[in-house]
Amino acid sequence: MAKIIVEVMLKPEILDPQGQAVGSALPRLGFTFAQSVRQGKRFEIEVAGDPTPEQLAQVEKAAETLLSNPVIETYVVKVEL
Amino acid sequence: MKIGVVTFPGSLDDRDAARAIEMAGGQAVHLWHGSDDLREVSAVVLPGGFSYGDYLRCGAIARFAPIMSSIITASEHGFPVLGICNGFQVLCEAHMLPGALTRNHALHFLCRDQKLRIENNETMWTNGFEKNQEVVIPLKNGEGSFQCDDATLNMLESEGRVIARYLGEDPNGSRNLIAGISNVKGNVVGLMPHPEHAIETLTGPSDEGLTFFTSILQQLVGR
Amino acid sequence: MSLDTVTNAQSHPEAVQPFRELGLKEDEYDRIKTILGRRPTSSELAMYSVMWSEHCSYKSSKVHLKQFGDKAPHSDALLVGIGENAGVVDIGQGYAVTFKIESHNHPSFIEPYQGAATGVGGIVRDILTMGARPIAVMDPLRFGPADAPDTHRVLPGIVAGIGGYGNCLGLPNIGGEIVFDETYAGNPLVNALCVGVMRHEDIKLAKAHGTGNLVVLFGAKTGGDGIGGVSVLASETFNSAKPTKRPSVQVGDPFAEKVLIECSLEIFHEDLVVGIQDLGGAGLSCATSELASAGSGGMNIQLEKVPLRDPSLSPEEILMSESQERMCAIVEPSKIKRFLAICKKWDVTATVIGEVTDGERLNITFNGELIVDVPPRTVAHEGPVYNRPFAEPDYIKALAGSTFTVPLPSSPAEIKAAVLKLMAAPNIADKSWVTSQYDKYVQGNTVLAQPEDSGVIRIDEKTNLGVAISTDANARWSYLNPYEGAKLALAESCRNIAVSGAKPLAVTNCLNFGSPEDPGVMWQFAETVRGLADACLELGLPVTGGNVSFYNQTGTVAILPTPVIGVLGVIQDVRERTPMGLSQEGLEIYLIGKTDANFSGSEWAYLHGEMGNAAPQSDLNMEARLINLLLDGQSIFDAAHDVSNGGFAAAISEMVLRHRIGATITLTDVAPELFAETPGRVVVAIDPSETNSLVALAGKYQIPIFKVGVSGGSDLNINGASISIDELHRAHTETFPKLFG
Repeated sequence: MAKIIVEVMLKPEILDPQGQAVGSALPRLGFTFAQSVRQGKRFEIEVAGDPTPEQLAQVEKAAETLLSNPVIETYVVKVEL
Repeated sequence: MKIGVVTFPGSLDDRDAARAIEMAGGQAVHLWHGSDDLREVSAVVLPGGFSYGDYLRCGAIARFAPIMSSIITASEHGFPVLGICNGFQVLCEAHMLPGALTRNHALHFLCRDQKLRIENNETMWTNGFEKNQEVVIPLKNGEGSFQCDDATLNMLESEGRVIARYLGEDPNGSRNLIAGISNVKGNVVGLMPHPEHAIETLTGPSDEGLTFFTSILQQLVGR
Repeated sequence: MSLDTVTNAQSHPEAVQPFRELGLKEDEYDRIKTILGRRPTSSELAMYSVMWSEHCSYKSSKVHLKQFGDKAPHSDALLVGIGENAGVVDIGQGYAVTFKIESHNHPSFIEPYQGAATGVGGIVRDILTMGARPIAVMDPLRFGPADAPDTHRVLPGIVAGIGGYGNCLGLPNIGGEIVFDETYAGNPLVNALCVGVMRHEDIKLAKAHGTGNLVVLFGAKTGGDGIGGVSVLASETFNSAKPTKRPSVQVGDPFAEKVLIECSLEIFHEDLVVGIQDLGGAGLSCATSELASAGSGGMNIQLEKVPLRDPSLSPEEILMSESQERMCAIVEPSKIKRFLAICKKWDVTATVIGEVTDGERLNITFNGELIVDVPPRTVAHEGPVYNRPFAEPDYIKALAGSTFTVPLPSSPAEIKAAVLKLMAAPNIADKSWVTSQYDKYVQGNTVLAQPEDSGVIRIDEKTNLGVAISTDANARWSYLNPYEGAKLALAESCRNIAVSGAKPLAVTNCLNFGSPEDPGVMWQFAETVRGLADACLELGLPVTGGNVSFYNQTGTVAILPTPVIGVLGVIQDVRERTPMGLSQEGLEIYLIGKTDANFSGSEWAYLHGEMGNAAPQSDLNMEARLINLLLDGQSIFDAAHDVSNGGFAAAISEMVLRHRIGATITLTDVAPELFAETPGRVVVAIDPSETNSLVALAGKYQIPIFKVGVSGGSDLNINGASISIDELHRAHTETFPKLFG
């Protein structure tokens, strides 16, 4: 069984108040390493066996139409075996 | 004159939108998300709420409902559509309007009586207002921050498609304090505040929201 | 571990069972064996342990709570009384209203967001179960000191959880309270009230009638949520080989609940159920045993049919799971097809899991093996009852004999500083930071909401019939004198209803206390119940239901006794409601009721680190006359506001701030008249032409009235101390954003 991963992030130019909130909480807790923080989403899609090229193409399509909103978000599709 | 109100699973202000239509003198017709039948209505309101829990993104799943394909097709031929709050989010997700609604800058749900300026009174849904009329209408949402790229923002501003803007303290971090926009033709309007909750002073901060509903009814009758 | 069947229990009586870990006492375990004539199976033990827990069985409070029945005044309005999921009252025009308040204190401390959210979800299902459409919620909250780290951990999450769940259900949040006190540190109180409306003929009950009728479980699938919640049960006890510990936190899915509400209302509308019960604390154990116990026969359940979110759950865990958003209905076989069709329309999972029998037993099988065979009443309604020892704690006499002083302002500069200090105090400060996170508009029938004295909801859009709801508690008075404290809380809640123009009709309560095993706490509880029952009798109001929350303490420190009293009132025409704010200049301002210079339990004393020595004595005869005066004179009041926490100073400031219209006030004995919290007082504003009418009303009801000022201007002027509205507004509104961001 393999997992197809879709990671969705807000585009760099889009305001990310959640990421900003995390970014400003870190130094308060003594973590001073962060220049900036952006928060995104991760979808784990389980498929039986190794994903086929057709399945990956379908996932791409789903990522573009449903899992992300191309107006404000970008996505990447990966496979975890 | 029949105006439809769509109920998605998780719609909340659908009965309130229907009440506003009736109070404005129209006949409200309930439309179910799972049917593509517009039941001979002359216009549609997509109401507020949390369609499908808004778990993926607000409005992201509702846009694929069967009723939406009928609405999208009809709107391309001038069919009037008003999206309120979650309805506005659905219109953006469906690319019937540009931009997107994101998390409020303070990260909290915010319910308050919001002062607005109606900047475009030439759309089907705003023609009953005076130009630059100031109104108070409830705002209530967690993801009402209007975002888009610079080119889109310039286009909206230069084409006069910003129909309403927030006045006073910034409620949610929207670009240019945008509260509502329209498409090029002015038949599709998205609005974050809730005019259906400002139709009588007994239950709302004003009755100024009713004008959105009387506007469309006059427009339709005058056709 | 193999399945512990009834046969196995009979053939292996010697098996050692973890009854203590499940919270059962030795004699309680023995009693189960006597009832069954053998040792219980592990599933039976699970059911008895959760159902006999304090939370479900009210074993420590029952002997006291029966006073609500024994002393109940006759009420024609009461349609369903104590014992069902929620009481139901008749408000006229064929409408019935149900309301109830419950606590979700401990879960909200562990996981503030989900604890508070599922608290809202649970009370809403209780109301829905009665056949009603939920129409509003309210949340009385108590926290440790406003600047304490733990308050900063729990308050934002609790508020977000209440908003996140309630907003998504489309229920207006129309009131509640937020109070800070040291004793709630580490033990916040999250009480949730819901009110619902239905037609008389639509009332539903939790009873399983009719042999052959089907038991249907519908809503969310069952997972491992909350196992160990109610009963503090660790699943390892059943199967130590299992590596994962079940989460004790229930996670709420408000979207699932919203869909469940609409689906259930459609099912009710078509009259498809015989009886219905929601799944809350103790899950299926509670729902099946209560339905069967209240019904006429027995019940068979096939437990393997329960749809699972987590397939690894054991039968014991399925019985105890507190997964949210689930309901259990009794349906006639001829109606099941339609029932399932409606569930399908709403995408709600529905499964027949059993049937009503003509026997007397609740039998539960798992893949054909009998694992539970019990008389349902012994699980649901005939649990242990304790008459716990109680005794007046020593602090009562010590405080009663003590003296205390608080600084009292006299010069204009001192008065101004004192009023600004009071208005900025966390207990008095503006709560919009919290309430703006709640949707108060949805459903379009909210006529009054916080910060008004009571929440008012329109029920009928044609006749303008409506209801008013208020919740109140003064825990400091209850600490000084729990008997009087309970009476005063009821009186205040009724007054809040009456100032808005509604007639008090019925009472619910949420009694939050420390450990019942402490005789001093048990005395506070006993005195509270006695006071509330006496007060309800005197005011002629039935108690329709309620909730007891014990063990609210951190170490040996119990919370202040906190009986939260909810009162429901009816208003014939919501357009006639009286708001609290001064709406125009030139109104005459009157204080109704006499002020006594006792600062005990007041906010002013609390701000100076003093508790005081003696709670005020209630005068319910006077309170009843005051309520009648307010209702009789409703049409002459431009504004009316109850005087309570913060005294007259807070009341007049709030009236000024509502619409930013000032007032000039002259008081005779300024400090006590500003800061004492003498009960039974109301501030009203009238047009000068109505003076004679007010004087006549005061004479008729024998209540003293005092003209204290006139509205107008851009400041609040008290005996020469001038406070601009801007200054007052800043002091009042800055506190919460500063504290919580």
